Amino acid sequence: MTFLSYLISGLSLGSVYAIIALGYTMVYGIAKMLNFAHGDVIMVGGYMSFIATAHLGWPPLASVLLAMVVCTALGIVIERFAYKPLRAAPSLAVLITAIGVSYFLQNAALLIWSSNPKSFTSIVRLPSLKLFDGELTVSSVAIVTIISCIIIIIALTFVIGKTKIGKAMRAVSEDKEAAQLMGISVNQTISVTFAIGSALAAIAGVLLCSAYPILMPTTGSMPGIKAFTAAVFGGIGSIPGAFWGGLLLGMIEIFGKAYISTELSDAIVFSILIIVLLVKPTGLMGKKISEKV
Amino acid sequence: MQMKLKLTGTKRTRGNAITYGIVVLAFLLVQIVDGTGNLTSSLRGQLVPICAYIVMAISLNLTVGILGELSLGHAGFMSLGAFSGVIVSVSLQESIVSDPVRLLVSLVIGAVIAGLFGIVVGVPALRLRGDYLAIVTLAFGEIIKNVINTLHVGIGRNGLRISMTDQASLNLGEGGTVIIQGPIGAVGINKTSTFTAGIILILVTLFIVLNLVHSRSGRAIMAVRDNRIAAESVGISVTRYKLTAFIISAALAGAAGALYALNYSTVVARKFDFNTSILVLVFVVLGGIGNIRGSIIAATVLTVLPEMLRAFNDYRMLAYAIILIIVMLTSNNDQLKQLIQRATSIFRRNKDSRHKGEESTHA
Amino acid sequence: MPSTSKMVPVPSRAIIPERDLNATPILEVSHLSVHFGGLNAVEDFSIIVGRTEIAGLIGPNGAGKTTVFNLLTKVYQPTRGAILLDGNDTAGMNTVQISQAGIARTFQNIRLFQSLSVADNVKIGLHNQVKYSTMSGILRLPSFWRSERRAHDEAMELLSIFNMQHMANYKAGSLPYGAQRRLEIVRALATRPSLLLLDEPAAGMNPSETEELMANIIKIRDMFQIAIMLIEHDMRLVMGICEGIAVLNYGKIIAKGTPEEIQADPAVIEAYLGQKKEA
Repeated sequence: MTFLSYLISGLSLGSVYAIIALGYTMVYGIAKMLNFAHGDVIMVGGYMSFIATAHLGWPPLASVLLAMVVCTALGIVIERFAYKPLRAAPSLAVLITAIGVSYFLQNAALLIWSSNPKSFTSIVRLPSLKLFDGELTVSSVAIVTIISCIIIIIALTFVIGKTKIGKAMRAVSEDKEAAQLMGISVNQTISVTFAIGSALAAIAGVLLCSAYPILMPTTGSMPGIKAFTAAVFGGIGSIPGAFWGGLLLGMIEIFGKAYISTELSDAIVFSILIIVLLVKPTGLMGKKISEKV
Repeated sequence: MQMKLKLTGTKRTRGNAITYGIVVLAFLLVQIVDGTGNLTSSLRGQLVPICAYIVMAISLNLTVGILGELSLGHAGFMSLGAFSGVIVSVSLQESIVSDPVRLLVSLVIGAVIAGLFGIVVGVPALRLRGDYLAIVTLAFGEIIKNVINTLHVGIGRNGLRISMTDQASLNLGEGGTVIIQGPIGAVGINKTSTFTAGIILILVTLFIVLNLVHSRSGRAIMAVRDNRIAAESVGISVTRYKLTAFIISAALAGAAGALYALNYSTVVARKFDFNTSILVLVFVVLGGIGNIRGSIIAATVLTVLPEMLRAFNDYRMLAYAIILIIVMLTSNNDQLKQLIQRATSIFRRNKDSRHKGEESTHA
Repeated sequence: MPSTSKMVPVPSRAIIPERDLNATPILEVSHLSVHFGGLNAVEDFSIIVGRTEIAGLIGPNGAGKTTVFNLLTKVYQPTRGAILLDGNDTAGMNTVQISQAGIARTFQNIRLFQSLSVADNVKIGLHNQVKYSTMSGILRLPSFWRSERRAHDEAMELLSIFNMQHMANYKAGSLPYGAQRRLEIVRALATRPSLLLLDEPAAGMNPSETEELMANIIKIRDMFQIAIMLIEHDMRLVMGICEGIAVLNYGKIIAKGTPEEIQADPAVIEAYLGQKKEA
């Protein structure tokens, strides 16, 4: 029974990582950059929802919506002013700029909301589920998180595969110049990608804080790093890779904490990552890119 | 296309001499300012950390700039050097009474341990490409931080004891000293680092890195960076030279870590985390990838800057972030660069007219 | 400049220059094949190259010529066949070992060390010819100073083949196209090969540059007494200096012989029909 409860925790945490990882992988696939600030957009989402619920007294759905709207706008603005000017620059330069944005968001949050941890009220107000004659308690947050993740991945796969904007995204990620020659607005496509990624970050932030209700300016940092490794681990640029990478990472973390050691859980997670990459050097689902000689 | 003249033998030697000169000059300057009693205590406290960060930046530049591989776990090597340095320093407190000698031994051991782990990390990591290599170095950094955080180390009658669980299981017996106490880190360290030692370490680092770069092995490493396939085709073993650069880089970071740790009475593993790795990476990028002198200047300025921005108090980290973004944008975006160049063109007018003759001969 | 050496048939195999008859051929390839997925990129490729022969490998685009070079230099491992270099089997060797064994190459898309100087590019070619340890370099021991002096002198000597000494300190990436191609050849020569593989050395050159290149290739062969195999589309160059030519199409050899034989071969003409023949 405890195994099942760990499994659900793992899937729930993994779902959060997956949602975050999707944002990383989409942006990487299309803009070929690692958006270091992604983790901090999550934190902003958390704070937005917190303000809506605690200070404005809004209902859960409205606060989630607020978080999504703010984060989407934030993502688009960041892309437009910090990343777009560097499209032709070496990738290391963009990475450092993204780090600058990350620092900026963290310190702005520090100034506005101080470093005192905020107690986050979960957006899921449903009672927990009791199964198997009360032997297994499943928190409603976990259920909502897992279901959200599944809905998101299905919706995203549909958008990428079947819609016009999805096709544009795929085209731009394959060959930016060719896509442009075909009449696709590269700027718009990249903006939309950042918008979607940031909206997802907001959702992830809200779900993360609902499950682990302590909110600080640094809250997004570690999950961001872990989700980023999950995205690479699954094969950077691959949407199914981000999904499975995130889920797996969440499960490894929970099971590692439960069965091996709580203190060493991070070391375990990252060790498994390294081992997988040694066996599959381009990630679980990454494409093998061969160089023309 | 412009024929860009590269440094010839004598010009390069002059360039290197300037770099050494800057370091020595800075040392003398600080001593003078200190002698006249004008050195603020906060700045004096920064001296050793600045030296450590400079060595970190130079060593990371060896990996990122000279070898051309992104490493996101450099702080891990710093951490290994820091804690092994502390263990050595505390363990030898009775046997080696002289502080500078004990410091030297600590630095050397710190470098050796970090260098060995450079092999452990390098062998798997360096066979991966770009982003995946970066992730593995990040992962190793986190693993090192996590493991050291759970480590209990002590020295007693039976020699050095290590435990992953708790202090008691160390079984040190009477008269034993606990050096590392898990998450509490290392406490009660006898501070042996000095600014002079730091400057010497910087000079040694420069000697090693600059000499390496301007030698057969350095050329091989840069060949691997510029074109791996061509390097192999002329008989250069890519793995061997990647490892060489990586190990030297790790060892130097270890020495920096030991220097850093022995400057404080308490050191925790969490201090050497991903943020520190990123901090050093920022020094390297801002100073110019591959530009050793730039790393020294960037590390110094960016460590001192937050202190000097103290006037802004709470806003200083925000200002730091904004400055970082603006510097990155202006140095990498051509339009912004031109804007600035036009703005400062008044000062450049004389320089431009001299170059006019040379420019027109190019097709 | 037409070559004046006489080509002689070797029993049951290809033809090599008469002057090389008494020595082991520098290269003996038999039944070399490589498959990628379902595609037979190169199939049953056999060739013999004399010790000082200038050999040509031609064929329509996509015929597999560069793939043959990649096989010879072990960028790809063959799925079938043997490669003997100076009589020694190269099975199991990797690219680094092949370079040490004596095969050097240039690339279709120039692969120079762009950020390094012209001289450094050549010195890197000398990596395995003028050696000293990493430690020696760091500590600036006497062997460092001695070897660097030697490497510098040899690099200058090599650059003088193409009159490029004055460019020694220019950044390789800033050179004009033709100079970059020449630099690649110099770098390859620095490795003291016994077999030099040139992949489209005349690409992008005008007729007078091509003339100069033809003279230089013969000069290199005469100076170093090595074998040279080149891939080229410029027929004037190929027919002008190559002594033995192999024609590749769809991964298979369709003809082998002297320039005269090749030019008259109906299979070759057919393979090139529809392809622009360069005069």
